[in-house]
Amino acid sequence: MTDTADIPKLRQAISDHLPRRYRAEMRFRVAGLSAVGLAVAILVLLVGSIVMQAIPAFTVNQLVLPVRLESDLVDPQGDGSEASLRRGSYGRVLQEAVREQFPGVRDRRQLRTLFTLYTALNSTRLMDEVLADPGLVGETHTFRMPIADDLDLYLKGRLVQDRTLETAGRLTVAEAGRDFELTSSAADFEGLRDTVSNLLRAEAASLDTRAEQARNRAEGQTGEDREDSLYEAGRLSADADALRAEAELESGWVELSDTLPSILVETGETHLRLTALSADGRSARAESLLGDETGSELADWSLYVIDTPEARRRVSDQLIVWTRALVDRGLVSLDFNTALFANADSREPELAGVKGALFGSILTMLITLTLSVPVGVFTALYLEEYAPKNRFTDLIEVNINNLAAVPSIVFGLLGLAVFINSFGLPRSAPLVGGLVLSLMTLPTVIIATRAALKAVPVSIRQAALAVGASKTQTVFHHVLPLAAPGILTGSIIGLAQAMGETAPLLMIGMVAFIADAPTLGLEGLTQPATVMPVQVFLWSDGAERAFEARTAAAILVLLALMIGFNALAIYLRRRFERRW
Amino acid sequence: MVNPMPDNQSHPDMSAGAGQAELPIKVQARDVCVSYSGKQALNHVSIDVPDRSVTAFIGPSGCGKSTFLRCLNRMNDTIEGAKVVGSLKIDGLEVNDKSVDPVVLRANVGMVFQKPNPFPKSIYDNVAYGPRIHGLALSKDELDAIVEDSLKKAGLWDEVADRLNHPGTGLSGGQQQRLVIARAIAVNPEVILMDEPCSALDPIATAKIEELIDELRENYCIIIVTHSMQQAARVSQQTAFFHMGNLVEYGTTEEIFTNPRDPRTQDYITGRFG
Repeated sequence: MTDTADIPKLRQAISDHLPRRYRAEMRFRVAGLSAVGLAVAILVLLVGSIVMQAIPAFTVNQLVLPVRLESDLVDPQGDGSEASLRRGSYGRVLQEAVREQFPGVRDRRQLRTLFTLYTALNSTRLMDEVLADPGLVGETHTFRMPIADDLDLYLKGRLVQDRTLETAGRLTVAEAGRDFELTSSAADFEGLRDTVSNLLRAEAASLDTRAEQARNRAEGQTGEDREDSLYEAGRLSADADALRAEAELESGWVELSDTLPSILVETGETHLRLTALSADGRSARAESLLGDETGSELADWSLYVIDTPEARRRVSDQLIVWTRALVDRGLVSLDFNTALFANADSREPELAGVKGALFGSILTMLITLTLSVPVGVFTALYLEEYAPKNRFTDLIEVNINNLAAVPSIVFGLLGLAVFINSFGLPRSAPLVGGLVLSLMTLPTVIIATRAALKAVPVSIRQAALAVGASKTQTVFHHVLPLAAPGILTGSIIGLAQAMGETAPLLMIGMVAFIADAPTLGLEGLTQPATVMPVQVFLWSDGAERAFEARTAAAILVLLALMIGFNALAIYLRRRFERRW
Repeated sequence: MVNPMPDNQSHPDMSAGAGQAELPIKVQARDVCVSYSGKQALNHVSIDVPDRSVTAFIGPSGCGKSTFLRCLNRMNDTIEGAKVVGSLKIDGLEVNDKSVDPVVLRANVGMVFQKPNPFPKSIYDNVAYGPRIHGLALSKDELDAIVEDSLKKAGLWDEVADRLNHPGTGLSGGQQQRLVIARAIAVNPEVILMDEPCSALDPIATAKIEELIDELRENYCIIIVTHSMQQAARVSQQTAFFHMGNLVEYGTTEEIFTNPRDPRTQDYITGRFG
């Protein structure tokens, strides 16, 4: 019992307590807000980094070359028939087209390098163009083909560190045996000499450190190990001294090895690579990579430095020079990368695309949708509305809940054993993929549907029953429409989950390199195919650097697909949502 | 239909007694017992409810009045573990007989619930739902006529005539309850059960519903469960008092409220318990 006299005291106690309550509330709000902030930041970071990585994949540098489709090469039988055109040597046609650009290249090894400007697979595309229009035979046709993936990355500035230096003086190029001797009227080479010296000193310093480490190691060692370490230290020190000597050289020539930056001199169509710098930095020796023009007092020349040493990159100076020459001639154009969407997978990144995986995903999802949603919804309807409550239905319920927690790879094993081994369905087929993913999605759909059905108020069922609706009419006229938004949400979550799965597909051969896209139709269901997440997985493993950007691009396509899916879900839910 | 048992005066517990003899008996219950999963909820209830009048069931919570009401249109069927025994006849037809389809029964015995429960559909569709599923209207015009007629009978037509396509859930509570009554009478029932139809409504909406019940009495046998004794006194001609699963007393409303025979009834209506 509280005395009335105590009431002011009690009120005071409540007031005293208030700040603590407000502080607790504030803390909770701050915690909630920072959790949301963190989630958004991480999301932005994730999507941002994927987008940044993916950007180079959406464009591609294409060689736009005039190709002469000589009849004797393209049409060996001379009758213009499809069979004859299919036997044409399109690879030769392309080789001729590239050789025409660089007539000075004659040596076989150099020619082989020249032909790595593009991938030979392009000859098939050329054949397709000729087959589509046989009138091209004998004509000169402008053919666009993606440049080799590494050169594409080079042109996008993602492969090497490079810079073009301003030149002040006039250049004199004189022949000196097979090489050239270059002099500039200004101190253009002196800066380079300093750069090279600094690099040599830095390299010497790092060798010194390593020598020091080897000596320290030797302290704690005995016998042969100690000798080895000491020998290594001595060797490293000697190398360092040699480098330092070269850096400090007062006269003679400093050789430029392939562990130093490549320095290219470009005058008109001639591209020279410096092989040595004079110690005084006044002149340089060079070899020709393209062209062999000499001249004196040339005003129009530039120094192009590739800081990444040739030994540490995937493309040679020679290929870079050819590529730069092609760009100068206007034969390279940066286009939207249609191959990314028009092609299926390929070993060559520049020709690889997501079409095959996208179609595979669509076909697989269609099977999953048409199987798991109706079966799941009707199963849930029966269990929730009609089934008697007994041991047997309890058992079924427990099993369904357990199935939802089974690791997805187990469904893959089941699919392999049942659909492929027992039923003899083809491997790698969207049909089997869809069946396996349906099995995986079913429990999700059933559980979501049951929850949605349970959420329909009893009053609506009573209302329907009271006007004389039968059980089935009540369910289909009232309960199901009211549960539809929940069912849709659950089903789409299940399908989205299925769309992102790779593990269950591993067992049924859908995690594979498949170079053809399945046709979007009934027959496509049994053709070999893969799906989007598998494509992401395969590309992320690709050796070529260009696959990095394509992986990110494929992730973006997958994300776009998911967002589209969820947007559809939200739209449908809004449309079906009814209040009661 | 004329009741085959016109005279029940020998059973004071069953009939509302003198003054109601001119009204034929519509609902006749004999020894109706209901149990939910073995738990007895209603003990041997026997009652005769006359046609074209309002009968009120009163009693404290859990006394079995709603349970009995639900027997009349077999809504108890939908409750797991519910068991009904005894004889319950409407127009002489055994309600619990295997041959009676609950769908047909419920078309004949409409029900209005405590909380208004219109379908989340348009006003028109709410009323038209019953006639549609029973195939009562052969054409759109006929259906329009049924909807209009039902809404008029429920006293709602003037308020909603211009917005039949609006959702029924957008109406006020009192309007929703009248819409639900319109929905019930659209299938031409003979008996209308009302389970505390005004308990969720304000006094003005309640007054309207009571007025409506009074009008509907002309054509229907109305059984209303209510917690409000004033309401029972205002709208009903007969009153039955339930207590602990038993029908304690049944008689004309005037009799029950002015001169109850059972002390429990006396205590309840004078507010001593319940």
